[in-house]
Amino acid sequence: MPHYANSPDAIKALIRPREIHRDAYVSDEIFDLEMKHLFHNTWVYVGHASQLPDKGDYLGAEVGRQPLIIVRHSDDEIHAFYNRCPHKGVRVTTEECGNAGRFFRCPYHALSFRTNGQLMAVPLKKGYEGTKLEDNIAHRGLFPVAQLKVYREFIFVKLNPGGESFEEFFGDSLSTIDNMVDRSPAGKLVAEGAPLRFMHNCNWKMLVENQTDTCHPMVAHEASVGTAVDIWNKEGDGGKHPGVEMLAPFMSPYEFFEGIGIRVWPNGHGHTGVSGSIHADYSEIPGYFEKMTESYGEERAKAILDEVRHNTVYFPNIMVKGPIQNIRVFKPVAANRTLVESWTFRMVDAPDQLFARTLIYNRFINASTSIVGHDDHEMYERAQIGLTCNGLEWVNMQRLYEEDETYDQEAVVNGTSERQMRNQFNAWQRYMTMSMEDESAVGAEA
Amino acid sequence: MKLDLQTASDFIYRETRMLDEGHFEQWLELFTRDAHYWMPAEWQQTDPLLQPSLMYEDWFLLKVRVQRLTAARTFSQKPKSRSCHVLQAPQIDELSDDAQHCRTWTPFHYTEIRGDDSTAFSGWLKHELQIQDDTIKMQLKRVELLNFDAPLPAIQLFI
Repeated sequence: MPHYANSPDAIKALIRPREIHRDAYVSDEIFDLEMKHLFHNTWVYVGHASQLPDKGDYLGAEVGRQPLIIVRHSDDEIHAFYNRCPHKGVRVTTEECGNAGRFFRCPYHALSFRTNGQLMAVPLKKGYEGTKLEDNIAHRGLFPVAQLKVYREFIFVKLNPGGESFEEFFGDSLSTIDNMVDRSPAGKLVAEGAPLRFMHNCNWKMLVENQTDTCHPMVAHEASVGTAVDIWNKEGDGGKHPGVEMLAPFMSPYEFFEGIGIRVWPNGHGHTGVSGSIHADYSEIPGYFEKMTESYGEERAKAILDEVRHNTVYFPNIMVKGPIQNIRVFKPVAANRTLVESWTFRMVDAPDQLFARTLIYNRFINASTSIVGHDDHEMYERAQIGLTCNGLEWVNMQRLYEEDETYDQEAVVNGTSERQMRNQFNAWQRYMTMSMEDESAVGAEA
Repeated sequence: MKLDLQTASDFIYRETRMLDEGHFEQWLELFTRDAHYWMPAEWQQTDPLLQPSLMYEDWFLLKVRVQRLTAARTFSQKPKSRSCHVLQAPQIDELSDDAQHCRTWTPFHYTEIRGDDSTAFSGWLKHELQIQDDTIKMQLKRVELLNFDAPLPAIQLFI
């Protein structure tokens, strides 16, 4: 029996100032509505332009259950289309990525489409003479996604037309992407290496919340990180181990995390590590600072490298780590199932050791074989099961809640606050319901 | 002592049996101190440092993993995992003239269970073995998963 469909009030009632109803995490109906509304009303990351270096290169993506093709046309412009032949509905490409050459060709009846989507050729065309094919939507070719933005080579789409522009939606949160790109002496990143893909039996929002949860590392990661630090202190050679250097800061005390702060931005975005972070004290890589100084001058180079933000959540479903050139994409599969894809980026013109470090971080923390990942994964899956308990239907989210808290302005708060989680849910209820209230929005009934 | 198909095969069977029987500390001693346990994340991967891997663990990191399995607050091991390796007969790909080093290839099926959940993997083990102090040691154990690029569940033990 549907309870939430077209009931904006019922959805808004799931979000209280200090707590969230469990249905946000466990209800299949809510998950369906997230796919139809939340992921159609927000700007969602689909890939990086460096994955499409040549004309005709394409990649597959999925947003809100919609299969998409992202492709670089012959004029170098990037386009996004629904991955469906306008004729009989056949999915045109099935590979994660590839090169289409000058056109896509449907494998069923050989309709072909230029890489800007235009219908190029229809076999046995005379069979359509006099049938008014030109009046049919199929004649327009591949159906384009309503909105696309390439920001410093990060590609985002929004399935619904209208609403906030890309710049309005992300606002000053784009400063984290800027910093990640600026850390390349050439001001350019390349997505390099296959992503690590880790399946979680939990709701996607638990993972997003954990990105700014600074009260769990010293507890949940005691088994992995605590053990590593103990063994190294007892048996290490007194030098630095690249693994321990990365892991040890996870065991920092509460005071450290309180001090580094959390910044929240409107529309659900926010980050940990405003002044310092667990990424602040990595060993210097010879030659890197010199390269940066050559490119930017010493003062600017220092300013770029002094920005050591920890995790930046771009609502709804990615997290960017500027100082380590790593992003996590939280792909919702079902109410209780989420695929995490962790991508690594090479900074053009930076020494190889920096990319090697990015890869170490990725496998240490994000791999399905990561012992740090296992610690978190266990907590999410326990929460997904625990939330089925009746009698306690609300998830508490009131750490450092302030009575006059608002979410429409940037703010910097104590680093152990749950304000960013509340910020996300404030955005969540808005983007969930805006296309229910505005029934003219295309895609709301899709 | 010399390496040949018989001694190398016996070693590999014994090595995986230690894992399945949970003798992890003993298993660690089968590695040289400069050894690596490598699980590539790309097809026919050649570089462990500038290409992504699921694991590329030195002896210290392997020791952390082993110790963590029995630590009091290792919640992801409550309940504990168990494993079973089924190996095809190993083949020797390369044997040094003095029979002190060899590379082997061993297809496997591996099952890991925890609580009511069971997951299965298959692929190839590639060992680099050497004689050290008259015993066989692993210099490299490379685990190539058939589905290294698929969405994977948590793999908690050692394949």
